[in-house]
Amino acid sequence: MARLTEENVRLAREIIGRYPKPRSATIPLLHLAQEQDGYVTNEAMSHIGELVGASSAEVFGTASFYEMFKFEPVGKYLINICGTMSCALLGAEELMHHAEERLGIKMGSTTADGKITLERAECQAACTEAPCLQVNYRYRYRVTPDQLDSLIDDLSAGNLSSEIPAHGVVASVRQHIPADRAVGAVAPELVTENPVWLDGKAAL
Amino acid sequence: MTGGTWKHAPGFYVGDRPQVVTSRFQYEDSYTLERYLATDGYKGLRSALARPANEIHDEVRSATVLGRGGAGFPAGNKWGLMPQEVWPRYLVVNGDESEPGTYKDRLLMERDPHQLIEGCLIASYAAGLSQCFLYIRGEMALAQERIATALNEAYAAGYVGKNILGSKFSLDIVLHWGAGAYVVGEETALIESLEGNRGMPRLKPPYFPAANGLYGQPTIVNNVETLANLPWLLNNGAAAYTAIGTATSPGTRMVAVSGHVNRPGVFEIINGITTFRDLLYGEEFCQGIRNGNDLKAFVPGGGSAPWFTPDQLDLPFEASQVGPAGSMLGSGAIMVMDSTTDIPRAALTLTRFYAHESCGKCTPCREGGTWLERILSRVVDGKGTDADLDQIFEVGESICPGAFPHASNEKLGIAAVPFPYRMNTICFVGPSAYAPVHSALTLFRSEFDARIVKRTMIKVTAVSE
Repeated sequence: MARLTEENVRLAREIIGRYPKPRSATIPLLHLAQEQDGYVTNEAMSHIGELVGASSAEVFGTASFYEMFKFEPVGKYLINICGTMSCALLGAEELMHHAEERLGIKMGSTTADGKITLERAECQAACTEAPCLQVNYRYRYRVTPDQLDSLIDDLSAGNLSSEIPAHGVVASVRQHIPADRAVGAVAPELVTENPVWLDGKAAL
Repeated sequence: MTGGTWKHAPGFYVGDRPQVVTSRFQYEDSYTLERYLATDGYKGLRSALARPANEIHDEVRSATVLGRGGAGFPAGNKWGLMPQEVWPRYLVVNGDESEPGTYKDRLLMERDPHQLIEGCLIASYAAGLSQCFLYIRGEMALAQERIATALNEAYAAGYVGKNILGSKFSLDIVLHWGAGAYVVGEETALIESLEGNRGMPRLKPPYFPAANGLYGQPTIVNNVETLANLPWLLNNGAAAYTAIGTATSPGTRMVAVSGHVNRPGVFEIINGITTFRDLLYGEEFCQGIRNGNDLKAFVPGGGSAPWFTPDQLDLPFEASQVGPAGSMLGSGAIMVMDSTTDIPRAALTLTRFYAHESCGKCTPCREGGTWLERILSRVVDGKGTDADLDQIFEVGESICPGAFPHASNEKLGIAAVPFPYRMNTICFVGPSAYAPVHSALTLFRSEFDARIVKRTMIKVTAVSE
């Protein structure tokens, strides 16, 4: 069973409460499920469906559109090497070949010890720092084959575990809206009047 | 400090130029509320709240703040497209930066999250938006952390939430994040994704979600950089804003120049005036092509844009000049190729990107993009034929009927076909798969020809009569 834990259900309800319609929370909850188990399980998708009012097929329909969601276990560290234009112009292909040789696996697969998954990624918005890669969505810039080797050494030895959380955790900080400060989300059909500050006068 | 940079803002260089959105990048702790407040933070909001909302909308409209996401539509006018008396209205912030070559919104979110939050507050106050959703690209962990921390601080300090600064203005800003899909940067796809669906663009019309957006309500979708301009605008006024740049392209804009230049970087440049030559060769910008090589081609506005060659270097960052020249400014992303570049392979990296990122909704894009990628791969691998090159144009025609925009070229004796194109798809992903290969083939045909396998037709005759 990999439904959401009690603590995560509490978090899920808090997240759902921020949206005028519960289904808007689908992607954040899928992230929560992936954070819990390292990938998104079928049970978690059914559970999310129950929480947001969708069928598990609808939740899977959404989840399967997005590349970050994995439906089977991946390595503790996911290395995404960017292969789009700016990085390709500055050696991304060579870097990918080097990574494949070094780890003995092809792009898109995981090392036998389950530690590292290698993926080819598309543009990561670090084009001036090419070639770049991400480890569990943490950046490394202007990466040389030697630097990639020492990165892999460090990951294998567990030296970076304080900086880079295991796969599944993206942001390690959550938004928290204090109850006494929240305006609160209202279903759109319940709102019929203009916001109070649109009365032609200054708000302050 | 000319050409200065800081370790904490990788890729960014300051110069002797006005800084509208990057003024805090110099501080290591620029993302904290403390630093923000010490550097005029939330002053723009305070002055906005002291005036009626419609006045603030007029101020933004008169400043002509062009959208910085790609289309360049003025923000004030976009807000004005919402139908009267339909409530609630929403603000969705497009922080899904993923156009190849584009690197600016991530810096703005990581380095100055409060500036963006203040921009959201000003926009929501001015346009009467009831709730704000800040949609950040899924892969940007640090940006999400910085914005989450900033929002938590801002809520606690009374800048966001109920009765902001003790006024009657209230707004919740919800941090939302994606999960990896380029097409979600298209505004109707962004809304679909925010509703919990597959991120596929909606059928048009309506062309603007201002009429029918999130949950079918009037919705403003603005880019991160666009909103980040608002605090400065409120602090300094529309007149000061339009004093920078030109009448049609006022203010500054952030551009990223990457590829084969000596100093790739992100710069805040003066809009409308700065030329591509300044950017690529200027001492305060990229300082020339690497290894003293010649410039072969450059992409002027993100992976979707038709390519330019040295012939277009003197064009300024001004849409009304770049459009007729056959391309677009898009998201401020310039990718530079020097004389050593293998043009067919370079085109393939971009075409592959768009083929990969097609959401699959429109047939010309879903099938056409994949065809283009396959044909081009074959040519790059030296297995293509002349028929393959013709087929590229044929597939392109089915995505974008009619003449496709391209730059002029003196040596080849061809005139420019102006931007934009006609398209058989809902959004720009399909045409974007065609743009790089079309440009490459139009401007560098000989490099493709050199790779083609020449086959002579063998006349088939009967073995015996």
